[in-house]
Amino acid sequence: MKKTHIILLVFIAISIAVLLSFMGDITTYDTVSSAKEKPGKFVHLIAKMQQNSLQYDPVKDPNYLAFTAVDSLGNSIKVVYHNTKPTDMEKSERLVLKGRVQDDHFECKDILLKCPSKYKDDMNAAKKQLGTASNNTTPQELANETK
Amino acid sequence: MEFVGEHLLPGQLGHFFAILSLVASLTATIAFFKATNTIDLNQKNSWLRLARVSFLAETISVLAIFASLYFIISSHLFEYKYAWQHSSRALQVEYLLSCFWEGQEGSFMLWSFWHCVLGWVLIWRSKKWEAPVMTVVSFMQFCLASMLIGIYFFNTKVGSSPFVLLRNEMKDAPIFSQANYLSFVKDGNGLNALLQNYWMVIHPPILFLGFASTIVPFAYAIAGLWTKDHKGWTRPAIPWAAFSGGILAVGIMMGAAWAYESLTFGGYWAWDPVENASLVPWLVMIAGMHTNLIFKSSGYSLKSTYVFYLLSFMLVLYSTFLTRSGVLGDTSVHAFTDLGMNTQLILFLLVFLVPAFTLYFLRSKEIPTILKEENTYSREFWMFIGALVFFLSGMVIIVTTSLPVFNKILSTKWAVGDDPEGFHNQVQVFVAIILGLLTAITQYLKYKDTPRKYLFKKIMVPTITAVLLSAAISIWGGIDYNKKGIGFLIAIHLAVFAAVYSIVANAGYIWLVMRGRIKAAGASVAHVGFALVLLGILISSSKKSVLSYNTTGMSPLKIGDKESPLENITLVKGVSTDMGKYMVTYKGDTLNQKDRKRYYEINFVKKTDKETFSLYPDIIENNKGSEGVTPNPDAKHYWNRDIFTYLTFLGDPSKIKANDTSSFKNNEVKIGDTLFYSNGIMVLNKVVVNPQNERYNFTASDTALALDISIISKDGNRYNSQPLLKVVNGTVVKVPDTIMAQSLVIQFNQVKNQQKGLLELGVKETSGVLDFVTLKAYEFPFINVLWLGIMVMVVGMVMSIYQRLKTNVKLVSKTEKPVTKSTDKIAQV
Repeated sequence: MKKTHIILLVFIAISIAVLLSFMGDITTYDTVSSAKEKPGKFVHLIAKMQQNSLQYDPVKDPNYLAFTAVDSLGNSIKVVYHNTKPTDMEKSERLVLKGRVQDDHFECKDILLKCPSKYKDDMNAAKKQLGTASNNTTPQELANETK
Repeated sequence: MEFVGEHLLPGQLGHFFAILSLVASLTATIAFFKATNTIDLNQKNSWLRLARVSFLAETISVLAIFASLYFIISSHLFEYKYAWQHSSRALQVEYLLSCFWEGQEGSFMLWSFWHCVLGWVLIWRSKKWEAPVMTVVSFMQFCLASMLIGIYFFNTKVGSSPFVLLRNEMKDAPIFSQANYLSFVKDGNGLNALLQNYWMVIHPPILFLGFASTIVPFAYAIAGLWTKDHKGWTRPAIPWAAFSGGILAVGIMMGAAWAYESLTFGGYWAWDPVENASLVPWLVMIAGMHTNLIFKSSGYSLKSTYVFYLLSFMLVLYSTFLTRSGVLGDTSVHAFTDLGMNTQLILFLLVFLVPAFTLYFLRSKEIPTILKEENTYSREFWMFIGALVFFLSGMVIIVTTSLPVFNKILSTKWAVGDDPEGFHNQVQVFVAIILGLLTAITQYLKYKDTPRKYLFKKIMVPTITAVLLSAAISIWGGIDYNKKGIGFLIAIHLAVFAAVYSIVANAGYIWLVMRGRIKAAGASVAHVGFALVLLGILISSSKKSVLSYNTTGMSPLKIGDKESPLENITLVKGVSTDMGKYMVTYKGDTLNQKDRKRYYEINFVKKTDKETFSLYPDIIENNKGSEGVTPNPDAKHYWNRDIFTYLTFLGDPSKIKANDTSSFKNNEVKIGDTLFYSNGIMVLNKVVVNPQNERYNFTASDTALALDISIISKDGNRYNSQPLLKVVNGTVVKVPDTIMAQSLVIQFNQVKNQQKGLLELGVKETSGVLDFVTLKAYEFPFINVLWLGIMVMVVGMVMSIYQRLKTNVKLVSKTEKPVTKSTDKIAQV
């Protein structure tokens, strides 16, 4: 066998090992109850924020955000996030919370917002906008508004 | 119904040219195909003439589509969905072009435009390769044109036209039942604020030129397989591969510069799927260029050259699919819109993938290979290893990035693990070590075989220099990245050595071996640039430090915990706050009417030498679609580091006031009393009747009482407060006073007992009244090495393209003589 072939095989073996280690780190999307079953394991939790549960006072501590997350099955858990409050978090219809369950709460490392009005659905939002513009506003008002 | 005020002509013209471009590119494809397969010279030439005319028609169509859409956007014709969705009247003129790239259709047009430009260069320069190469390019143009027509064939929508009307796209909105609907649609949705950045005007065109140019080596490879001239195509393909590699590198790094300047993930690279998808074709293209060079000089590696060039282009198509199909949805910060063209995008990939690899496997027996093993002391051996590492590193990145695709195919629900960035960094640091060493040593090897003595003699000086230099960096450079353990830190130090070695060895090669003939040293210059990029990445990333490190609210045990992401600090307006090496103060904000950004002045004073400067991170309010704000960073550039900051949270005073639940605490006081509050004391000085000063201007006819209070905070700052009681129309009105910096509201409630001088004072401590910003600040050392490296690398590539074109012309004038060894050595890319 040629040296290049040996090296090729070795490198491919290394690449596969690397990919396997990546697959080993892979996690799953979980609900509150399934996340609670594996405390300490890194998971992606898909949930919503319970209304009026948000605690955040940037003057006291900008790195402490806490709220209650509720998943689609109705289970809830307290979430602690050591970072600033993402803009528009209250409006987000769905949160992807990356982190792990620790003791009584979910220690969150990262929050991904799925905003109703962002990018993907901006046409829908715009549609509503256009709809209301013609329904509720008289041309006169609209003209005044845009002035 | 007749609609009032619509301008339908530009859209009709645009759509007409979109269809014309589809027809013309199909004609060009067939004609170029025929011209390739026809042997009779007369017939061949007439096919070629037809093909060129068709390609001209195609080019004109593409330009006309561009012009129509530009006219629509710049004249604010919001009856067109594209203009309405991606632009607005307030948009600055320089960003009108950015509206093109925001939508998918516009970026397909850009791609198509570059193919036209490249096509004419190919028609002009590629001589006998014109017909087969242009067949591939024209076919690609046909595919791209199909993306823009937006016509239904048997109930299946093909493509998405940028010229559709708003009223046709949103039929159910009641507004469109009115003939004068346009008088309501006053303005468009506007351009995403993140794209309103000068990098976004130039980054997409350059990146798409890079993407577009990958088709040329691909087309040459196809032409080689097709005409069975496996050797001839490899020479003209090299400068094209170098061109593609150079432009792609610039395009990718412009994206990185944009991310650094206007995104807030705190750096220039985040291993985001979109970034990965553009990096991988580059890695494979560079691998292909190197195997191509090996083949030309030694006869080895032709098969790998074929595979790499074919794959590089495939990966561009694949990344198009990844980024446009919406499949990445949950995993990327970038915006993706699903146009409902997923089937078409998959077909787009398959229509190239299947024929290309079928052809390759059919021909693979005929492709000349050398059975004899490469010599370990030969350049081709190590160059091949380098190309292989490049390729496999790309494969690892693309496979991991494709996780959402696997989820789709296997209907699994995997999610990326704890730290994907850390994973990539840990893998790629070893790639950096190998590539640094290989680019350092391989130049000193000759093709076929190298005398041992020669090698060791020449490489001695650069090796010793590099060891000393990198040891100096390791010892005094303060690289102590500790987040991933000692193993990773050692790897970083090794990689620093490898990068330094590569810089020194390649620079040394120009003087020691080529004796300073800089003209012919394109390859060495490019390698120096590449190694500088590696060094810049290594140092700026591993030494990136958080200035805004905040220990508030942390238990002392956790301080210094490497996991703690407490990187945000809150600055109250006017209060100087301790932040690492600096004292920082938030001075105030101003709204710039022109770019509609609100700039926050953050003043930095260095503790040691009192150096003072201000940074102006900004936010864009009411960004398209979302009601919140979009922050943009600002950086202070030094030659050896950047101080980089961006806002992470803004207090919205109106909202916080509404939520403010803290209440006044009432105190009975007398003049001369001292009161305590959480952050200091207040002294009641006197009562002033009808005060007349810079704040109030009462006259004798009014009835007003002000309480003059001095406030002294713990840190020694003094403030004056004057809450007020006044009589308006017979009722008493309280006018509280607010001390922003101390988050105090003081209210003069009443005079309780005039004889005894008893007053009632309400004190409220709240977060609601503060004007503050929360921000993160980083220091990036030596990030300029990275930007410099990119420039050097591109200069090197340009030099080698120039050199190679010159030798190619010379060779052609020598009536296609085989490549001689001497010219070879000079013109190594």
